Amino acid sequence: MTDQTRGWSRRNLLATSIASTVSVTLLGRSGAEAAPATVQTNPRDPVNVTLRVNGRQHRLSFDVRTTLLDALREHMGLTGSKKGCDHGQCGACTVLVNDRRVLSCLTLAASADGQEVTTIEGLAQSDGSLHPMQQAFIDHDAFQCGYCTPGQILSAVACVKEGHAGVDVEIREYMSGNLCRCAAYPNIVDAIKQARPKMKEA
Amino acid sequence: MRPFQFARVEDVKAAIHAHTGGGRADDVSASNSPNQYLAGGTTLLDLMKLDVMRAARVIDINALQQTNSGKIEFSSKGLRLGAMVRMAQAADHPDVRKHFPVIGQALQLAASAQIRNMASLGGNVLQRTRCSYFRDTSYPNCNKRIPGSGCAALDGFNRSHAVLGVSDQCIASYPGDFAQALLALDARVEIDGPTGAREIPFAGLHRPPGKTPHLETTLAPAELITAFSVPPAPWARRSLFLKIRDRESYEFALASAAVALELDGGTVKQVRIALGGVAALPWRAKEAEAQLTGRQLDEQTIESAATAAFAQARAREHNAFKVELGKRALVRALHQAAALEI
Repeated sequence: MTDQTRGWSRRNLLATSIASTVSVTLLGRSGAEAAPATVQTNPRDPVNVTLRVNGRQHRLSFDVRTTLLDALREHMGLTGSKKGCDHGQCGACTVLVNDRRVLSCLTLAASADGQEVTTIEGLAQSDGSLHPMQQAFIDHDAFQCGYCTPGQILSAVACVKEGHAGVDVEIREYMSGNLCRCAAYPNIVDAIKQARPKMKEA
Repeated sequence: MRPFQFARVEDVKAAIHAHTGGGRADDVSASNSPNQYLAGGTTLLDLMKLDVMRAARVIDINALQQTNSGKIEFSSKGLRLGAMVRMAQAADHPDVRKHFPVIGQALQLAASAQIRNMASLGGNVLQRTRCSYFRDTSYPNCNKRIPGSGCAALDGFNRSHAVLGVSDQCIASYPGDFAQALLALDARVEIDGPTGAREIPFAGLHRPPGKTPHLETTLAPAELITAFSVPPAPWARRSLFLKIRDRESYEFALASAAVALELDGGTVKQVRIALGGVAALPWRAKEAEAQLTGRQLDEQTIESAATAAFAQARAREHNAFKVELGKRALVRALHQAAALEI
């Protein structure tokens, strides 16, 4: 893992440097057409991806099949995001990409190249003070085993930001993509209601 | 998941080129092509992890949201929804909600907030069935997955399966919601591909299973949905989507009804009905529409329309309840649509 600031466009360089390979393998039929911006021609070759996670840039190289969840957990050591079902059904892997909540288990890390990712590790302030939603989950005992909690908290933050945390029934509907086998649901709703005004103040 | 080539493209032309450029001999079906477009990934990556879909080349088209395919446009000519618009964007759009409520509701009631943020509209209508025999490769018999292998669902656990539009080769139900809204509103599909752009009625997109359940749509390999257009219609405002499911949120429909009504007093001038959860493909209930058109919208007419809608239903061991559930869903949807204050 290396951090770096990019002062030049890596994507443009990649597009240019790969264009020559592309012209042989992909543009065989008619070289006149536009080339793909980024191409991985040998499935066994690693892909190079730059991810911006919690404000830090990570330049990584991994198997093209790597999901964003696996990139975070296995390549960056950010194990806060959890692998529950790995099929987009449980919400434990929820992260924010460009401030929108998504399922990192169904996102290819290569597709997230250049995007802004926020995980549970990025919510607290640098002095260690917790995000209002994290504090609210503690205050309301909004978890038991805690496995779904990082996903719940990121989903809850997005739920408030989207303006979908009005009445209880709306919170429940918009939080339905995050399953909790301990059934802490009522406390999760209470936590979101506590954090909602504090997030607006902040 | 099997290894694959990966390409990321910036526009439709490059997407089509990346799809066809390998010179691979292709199947006649877009859904079974070894080359697959990747948008939200909520179907493709799921099914690739399950080894149900085995893409050899994945073409990431997410950058197309910066093009016309990422826009929602509303004018006197109707609504145009770019295929790369995410479900949540369209569901939350004020013009969609106001002028085409059935579209907003169908999207809103589908999936979860996360999936609605990810899934594109084009990908949504192409999502594959949730039939467990299709999704689980340990079952050798699935005509959709392996043509000619048989159908394990016919005499298996078929509670979630279809009763309309089925064949003796496949009874998998079409799982989506948005498609029914598009079908009810006479939407059209804008397609681009190696042989150029074309436009078809939404009703012409999905194929009934018949003897070829592996051929799910009329899209040719490398063809790409670029947008949906919905014409303005007097029935669009009085429209709604009713969805019945095992749990109240984040679940596929057991039965759903998209209805759009134009009333003249208590009489039905025009009506559009599409059914979901009960059919092998997005299902337009024309027989029910015929029962209602020109008639007084009362209890008896509505009941006879629901009966007509399911007259051809073919149930199996565990899904006979869907016939009654589907009728009741349609009855309730029509009552609710009639009562709307617009």
